[in-house]
Amino acid sequence: MRVFEKNPLEKGLAERLREHGVSRRGFLKFCAATASMMALPPAMIPAIAAALERARRPSVIWLSFQECTGCTESLTRSHAPTVEDLILDLISLDYHHTLQAAAGEAAEAAREQAMRDNHGNYLLIVDGSLPGPDANPGYSTIAGVSNYAMLMEAVEGAAAVIAVGTCAAFGGLPAAAPNPTGAVSVMDLVKDRPVVNVSGCPPVPMVITGVLAHFLTFGRLPELDEYHRPLAFFGQSIHDRCYRRPFYDKGLFAETFDDAGARAGWCLYRLGCKGPSTYNACATMRWNSGTSWPIEAGHPCLGCAEPRFWDAGGFYVPLSVPTGPAQDYLLAAGALGAVVGGVVATSARGRVKAEAAVRQPVTVEELEQKL
Amino acid sequence: MSDPMDFLLLTKGPLFDLAITVFALGMAARLLEILINGRRPNYSEARGGQWLPGLRTVLTRSVPDPGTFKRAPFNVVVGWLWHLGFIVTLLFFIPHIALIKSLLGISWPGLPNPVVDLVTAVTLVALVATLVHRRTHPVKRRISTLEDYLVWTLVFLVVLSGYLAYNRIINPYPLALGLHILSAEVFLIVLPFTKLTHIFTAFIARWYNGASFGRRGVES
Ligand code: SF4
Ligand code: SF4
Repeated sequence: MRVFEKNPLEKGLAERLREHGVSRRGFLKFCAATASMMALPPAMIPAIAAALERARRPSVIWLSFQECTGCTESLTRSHAPTVEDLILDLISLDYHHTLQAAAGEAAEAAREQAMRDNHGNYLLIVDGSLPGPDANPGYSTIAGVSNYAMLMEAVEGAAAVIAVGTCAAFGGLPAAAPNPTGAVSVMDLVKDRPVVNVSGCPPVPMVITGVLAHFLTFGRLPELDEYHRPLAFFGQSIHDRCYRRPFYDKGLFAETFDDAGARAGWCLYRLGCKGPSTYNACATMRWNSGTSWPIEAGHPCLGCAEPRFWDAGGFYVPLSVPTGPAQDYLLAAGALGAVVGGVVATSARGRVKAEAAVRQPVTVEELEQKL
Repeated sequence: MSDPMDFLLLTKGPLFDLAITVFALGMAARLLEILINGRRPNYSEARGGQWLPGLRTVLTRSVPDPGTFKRAPFNVVVGWLWHLGFIVTLLFFIPHIALIKSLLGISWPGLPNPVVDLVTAVTLVALVATLVHRRTHPVKRRISTLEDYLVWTLVFLVVLSGYLAYNRIINPYPLALGLHILSAEVFLIVLPFTKLTHIFTAFIARWYNGASFGRRGVES
């Protein structure tokens, strides 16, 4: 990965790949992977190859706000040569806190220069949420500039904004109740530029690079769902693609993490799996270069790609269980109801008794006289 | 409420608490009132026991006698079908069992999802049939009240939204699940104050009838 390098824009991709020791065959394989991860037919592979070969390296500015660096870790935790490496070779990552060699004023100068040189054309990637315009800006600053001011300045000249990770996409853990820093998502603030949300805590690396590959290939952003997430990766739920689904359908569930059911690979719904309400690509792309993924490793899905997964009740509580103290309410209300019922019934009995005491008996003769 | 996930969390959190509170308060009050009021004291000499005839009546009034079946086979068959379907779906769908366990601490084995799915589909068809019957049968049509239609609508919505959510016919899923939970909450809130109360009182009433017959030495 070359960060902060002067752009050799004149060099074609093929040449750069050869320099990296990637063969033509390897490159086509990468294009095939890109096509499949973008859910495109194999017939598109040559078109993708041609487009990527012609592609000029766009400038990318990566801003990190209130985050844990997990998203960058995710992106870089893969083995060479991978799609991720190739993609990073296709862009000019001009500013990225964690990955760049420069620091301090030099780093900020690089960002400002990239913004000036590529005004209107660069891709802005953001990870982390940020204190909103009404929050105390001091909660998160870079070189003395508030996150909010830096984002707004960088958005000005951006062609598109990619919010990487659930924090940038939906607020994430920093926004968890009671949200002390007033954290908001990128989408909450950026209204006049296309925003793509690559959610996940962290996102699947191939999904990050898949979106970049799509942009490089077609010159535009992919189709999005209602949460601005690329449909190609977030179109299906974890549950729909989960290999444990047959067990769910048969009603076979692990009850604890070490029972016979867990060992037999049964469904993790009862252990709190949020797969049914979570849309992400883990089940199909898997993690660590396709090695495995959480549910395969025996852990329920936490729903990390969904808004508010952090406040959605316990991670190990089944999806159908209410998130509030419903059990206490049930007991308290039941007890109160019993008291109310008792009072009503007793007063009714009392009324009957009272009326019986003052009743005026009527004889048959009296009744007949009235007739 | 800005998006489907917010909506789902609203239904799973505060709204559920509200619904379960109203339900528990209303239902406990009504049941206790019924039980304490009981029957007027009967000073006549008992001619027979109460328990056995009471229990027998719970059974006999639940199973249709041949005469009723001959007179109204549709009522009997379709009525049974959807009542059973509703109970099976409510009590034997795994996510429902998980919910009950969280509230009451008890649980039991569930049924495979495709079975519950099929039962739900049958229940839906049976429910529609009851509505059509109610609207076309001259007598039923006359005696139907607004409450009858309200109750039918609620039951139908609960089952329908569950079916749509499970089969992912409405997207996104959090919206579908939220709608199902919301309809169940309305059902719970309305339950103690409408004829839906029969879910809890039907058997008490049957027992009372049988017991009072037994006391009087009448065959129940
Ligand atoms: S483990 Fe989770 S995602 Fe997989 S089938 Fe079970 S509930 Fe669905
Ligand atoms: S399985 Fe669920 S919680 Fe785990 S990474 Fe995938 S979407 Fe996130």
